[in-house]
Amino acid sequence: MDLDPEGLFRDDSDSESEFYQEKDFTKEFVVYLVDASPKMFGAAGSDEDEKTDTHFHVAINCISQSLKAQIIGSSYDEVAVCFFNTKEKKNLQDLNGVYVFNVTDRECLDRPTARLIKEFFYVEDTFMSNIGSRYGIVSGSQENSLYNALWVAQALLRKGSSKSVSKRILLFTNEDDPFGSITGATKTDMIRMTLQRAKDAQDLGISIELLPLSRPDEGFNVSIFYAELLGLEGDEISHFLPSAGEKLEDMTDQLRKRMFKKRKVKTIRFSIANGICIEVNTYALIRSTSPGSIMWLDSITNLPLKTERSFVCADTGALVEEPRIYFHPYKNEIIKFSTDELSKIKKVSNGQLHLLGFKPLDCLKDYHNLRPSTFIFPTDEEVVGSTRIFIALHRSMLRLQRFALAFYGSLYRPQLVALVAQDEITGSSGQVEPPGMHMIYLPYSDDIRHVEELHMSADAIAPRATDDQIKKASALLRRIDLKDFSVCQFTNPALQRHYGILQALALGEDEMPDIKDETLPDEEGLSRPGIVRALQEFKISVYGENYDQEEANAAAAKGCGSEASRKRKAMAETAARESASYDWADLAENGKLKDLTVVELKYYLTAHNLPVTGKKEALISRILTHLGK
Amino acid sequence: MARNKEAVVLLLDVGPSMHSVLPEVERVCSMLVQKKLIFGKSDEVGFVLFGTDDTYNELQKEVGGYEHIVVLRNIGVVDGNAVGFLQNLPRGNFPGDFIDAIVVGIDLLIKKFGPTNKGKQRICLITDAKYPIKEPYEGTKEDQVNTISQMMQTHGIRLDCIVIREKLPGADLRVMEENDSLLDQFSRKAIAKIVHVDSPTSLLGALKTRNISPVTVFRGDLELSSTMKIKVWVYKKTSEEKFPTLKKYSGKAHSSDKFATYEVKVDYEYKSMEDPDKVVPPEQRIRGYRYGPQVVPISSAEWEAVKFKPEKGVKLLGFTDASNILRHYYMKDVYIFIPEPGNQKAIVAVSAIARAMKDMNKSAILRCVWRQGQGNVVIGVLRPNISSVDNIPDSFYFNVLPFVEDVREFQFPSFRSFPSSWQPNEQQQEAADNLVKMLDLTPSEGEEVLQPDYTPNPVLEVSYCFTQTVSPTCYDKIRRFYHFLDLKSKQPDADVPPLDRNLRGITEPDPAVFSCHKSVIDNFHKNFELKEKPKKKKSSKRAWRGKPSASSEEEGVDDFEAMMARRDSSKWVSKAIKEMQNHVSDLLENSYEGDAYSKAIECLLALRKGCILEQEPKEFNRFLLGLYEKWKDTDLANFFELLSSKNITLISQKEAPDSNVTEEDAKNFPVKAELKSQ
Repeated sequence: MDLDPEGLFRDDSDSESEFYQEKDFTKEFVVYLVDASPKMFGAAGSDEDEKTDTHFHVAINCISQSLKAQIIGSSYDEVAVCFFNTKEKKNLQDLNGVYVFNVTDRECLDRPTARLIKEFFYVEDTFMSNIGSRYGIVSGSQENSLYNALWVAQALLRKGSSKSVSKRILLFTNEDDPFGSITGATKTDMIRMTLQRAKDAQDLGISIELLPLSRPDEGFNVSIFYAELLGLEGDEISHFLPSAGEKLEDMTDQLRKRMFKKRKVKTIRFSIANGICIEVNTYALIRSTSPGSIMWLDSITNLPLKTERSFVCADTGALVEEPRIYFHPYKNEIIKFSTDELSKIKKVSNGQLHLLGFKPLDCLKDYHNLRPSTFIFPTDEEVVGSTRIFIALHRSMLRLQRFALAFYGSLYRPQLVALVAQDEITGSSGQVEPPGMHMIYLPYSDDIRHVEELHMSADAIAPRATDDQIKKASALLRRIDLKDFSVCQFTNPALQRHYGILQALALGEDEMPDIKDETLPDEEGLSRPGIVRALQEFKISVYGENYDQEEANAAAAKGCGSEASRKRKAMAETAARESASYDWADLAENGKLKDLTVVELKYYLTAHNLPVTGKKEALISRILTHLGK
Repeated sequence: MARNKEAVVLLLDVGPSMHSVLPEVERVCSMLVQKKLIFGKSDEVGFVLFGTDDTYNELQKEVGGYEHIVVLRNIGVVDGNAVGFLQNLPRGNFPGDFIDAIVVGIDLLIKKFGPTNKGKQRICLITDAKYPIKEPYEGTKEDQVNTISQMMQTHGIRLDCIVIREKLPGADLRVMEENDSLLDQFSRKAIAKIVHVDSPTSLLGALKTRNISPVTVFRGDLELSSTMKIKVWVYKKTSEEKFPTLKKYSGKAHSSDKFATYEVKVDYEYKSMEDPDKVVPPEQRIRGYRYGPQVVPISSAEWEAVKFKPEKGVKLLGFTDASNILRHYYMKDVYIFIPEPGNQKAIVAVSAIARAMKDMNKSAILRCVWRQGQGNVVIGVLRPNISSVDNIPDSFYFNVLPFVEDVREFQFPSFRSFPSSWQPNEQQQEAADNLVKMLDLTPSEGEEVLQPDYTPNPVLEVSYCFTQTVSPTCYDKIRRFYHFLDLKSKQPDADVPPLDRNLRGITEPDPAVFSCHKSVIDNFHKNFELKEKPKKKKSSKRAWRGKPSASSEEEGVDDFEAMMARRDSSKWVSKAIKEMQNHVSDLLENSYEGDAYSKAIECLLALRKGCILEQEPKEFNRFLLGLYEKWKDTDLANFFELLSSKNITLISQKEAPDSNVTEEDAKNFPVKAELKSQ
């Protein structure tokens, strides 16, 4: 494990406070319930669409992706995958038409493993032969596969207290009317039973979520059956699916968004003025994901090692307790601080967010940034009326184009923050940007460096581009335009590779996966004649005609020796000359080396291309080693 | 030799109009010296005052003139006494002449260093520049400035000038304008930076108290394509200045040990799990990476062979509308791309692109690998930074953007979907509009309160302050760690000083601003109502403290449910069950002729329901069987008959899967239990 000996003093990053928060968080148990009826295997796109992807494929793909994300991000959460409307059955209750998918070395509901991800990824290939698809609810039969599926899912989620674990069933189906094929009393009976089953599950603290798949030409009608199962009422039904996915990508996108449960970082008070203090929740929507911490293993047994930390007094070598006192040298003295004093120094505020005032948005400069932002959203849980005030301010700030400046007195790093109101943005796949405010951490003057001034040349006016050059640049900008750029369209190639390698090793595969680096520039696009021409014109306009030639000449000139390299050469020559005037072997033999000066010793070292760093003793021993003594 | 060693001469105006801000000047200068004592022990400082009653400088002795200028401390390596000079600066009664002061400062530097140490010499001038400067003996004031600039340039001396002017009426505008234009002339002719501040807090932020020499993150080509490249240098623009690292203290050293370090070393030992006494040597250790529940061992050599190794380089992916990248996606501290210094073509190329981007409101997306061997790539957005100073070239700011893995797309309810009781009405909206309009931190054109560039970090300020005090009278004047550090060097038992008035302006709203818009705030207050809900946690805790001898069983049931509903820890559930069981036992024990039966039944019902919900059927079944065992042969036996009529049975497998009681057994309680016990 990565240990941090300076733990106490590295604490001014928010990441640590988030870490502590995470511990309080509940774990999550999810059962993916996938409809495997023949309808799911019909083409998902509309007729003119060339694509032959099925809804089943879409669902498998989504789950695959979320499993991969989960094993990286929150691998302590547990999952189970369960198909219904299948030919084969495999479940503890031995119910028909339900198949719980699992791999070896794993319980049905368990943490995701490399094998699960891998085998699940290929489940489609063998699905028909091993599991099979069949309509579960047909007239004339008493079987109710949906009821069975909910029962199995509920039983899978039996473990763990509902207080500390959040339990969810995610249901993937494209059938909005599962009991459409039957009629009469059997139908009402089955519907009643199924709804009761769902309600029982919900009473046990299991939330059921529906991820409807639908074709563009025929929408998914929630109100036929599922609204009641999910407990949706009135407006909620129309809000349920802002727009049925128009494209398959949209659908994937929407499903991906709903895969993870929302987790707040913490609840904080936001003091506005004169004792008006509302409550908001903070969320970490953007945080860099790093390849998790490492563990030390014994290379012989591959078992984890226990790390033990001990404190040793540097002066006496005695073992000591973990010290409560720290010191800093100052004016040749040792100034001691107790941990209490240190925490008092850092505590300048009470953990609240204090409004200081408002500024126009253009006061927030591009370089006013230090860390990823934090999202805040109001809550009426403990202070009733918070949401109303928040919405009012949110609207005013949006309309007046202002951001709020506030002081966030977190214990780890009390800081000035900009609160930027963000209006809700919805796209075809649902919410793109949630409504609320983003807290942007501002630097202090101590954190800003004036690098520009570093190379300031007196009375040499820095040249500026002429209008013509700017025009050429504008033409170039228009040419190389990424029209639909959205902020997070790239996966991190380093992370992908990291986990690709881990997965291959975990499964004992020899071949290392080939991960595509999406972040490389589009060479093909850049070599289109229009772009090449625009680049060339811009280049000539700012660099002149013969730039490449000039550069080549300059590089060639450098090649035959820059000033520094010439100097180095001269030094080596002098050293060789000087070095020759000593009888090194003799000096070494008689222990006379120590009588020489460092400069003299360095002659030898330079002449023999040895490093010249270190103290005199180090130099002498290096010479002795080189002489073979 | 310290590569970053610098020499600073502070030129401080102590003339009459400066008296009001001198405490802050003393403070910021002390801070500069204190930080040097910690971070730049071999830096040299000198102090020159002007506008003083006395005159003491070498130039006056040598050539005459230069009156009312006192060299308080000649240039020398910083030491503890240097701070002492800056406490209680003498207040002068003469108008200061900053041009003369600059000349004295230059003279000090030249005499000390001669032609050496170029580029590492700095003059910091703090003045309000309100008084006219003297006419020179020959030529104009402008000529004089030119000559001085020339001299500064040949000796590689920089000038940092802070002009502090709080809004005071009655100042001579004409003189101030003339002085400002003279100072601006310096910034054109020499390497000089002029900063205007209007509050003492900004003064604290304006003087660079710590000298960090930046290092480039990258030097090389910004590749627009494989054929068009621009030579750039990349630096950090912002970087968090951290609390200084303290060492762990050990008092074990003998008091006579002069070379004691008092340090504590931390040793790590890796031991095998099975045999805790066995220390595993470093060469036998191997790194294990987690992948879900598995830990995959990989040696560093193997890892090196397979890991992601991108080529060094900064490549353009394309340009896009600035509106495509929302501000909150900026991930880290900010970089700055400057054209290769001295490379005119690169300067022009950067300028052309930056200005085109600014005109068209575009951003550029880059893929950066700063160093060869770096294990990851960075995707980020390049924004133009058009220079407003003639001798500073245009540049770019670069912000890191997130990857797909870094973004959590949580869904939040739309504000429109909230109930109307949560929506502000028209009047409330107007009150909010007014608040946002009036609590303006940019009161007039070009003015901005609490600008990050001039706002110091209160924690660092305070901490520097802790280090300082020389005498108790100075105590009030100083601030936190660095002050505290200095403070503690004199008074080991000193207390942490409170936050200074000027720094409070950073952490708390400015009472002046708030009181002047009192009506707006009051109106806001009047329009919105806030009600604090009693906290669930506290109330249930309080209620349970009075248990288990609850006066009424209803309360007992409520408390039980409240406790079961607590989500913060699972221990509450077991605690609730335990207390409820005790409560029921107590009721039955104290019951006389069945008077407590109904209460006990109510409690049992609640307990049963709770145990089903919480999946704790065994707890309930064991308890019920226990009760039965205890009292089945007493006069309480009739209580159990009552139970089955109230549908209180054992919890069956059907109700809670964890139970080991079949449905039939459950129904047959207590008959079945009797059979079992026999």
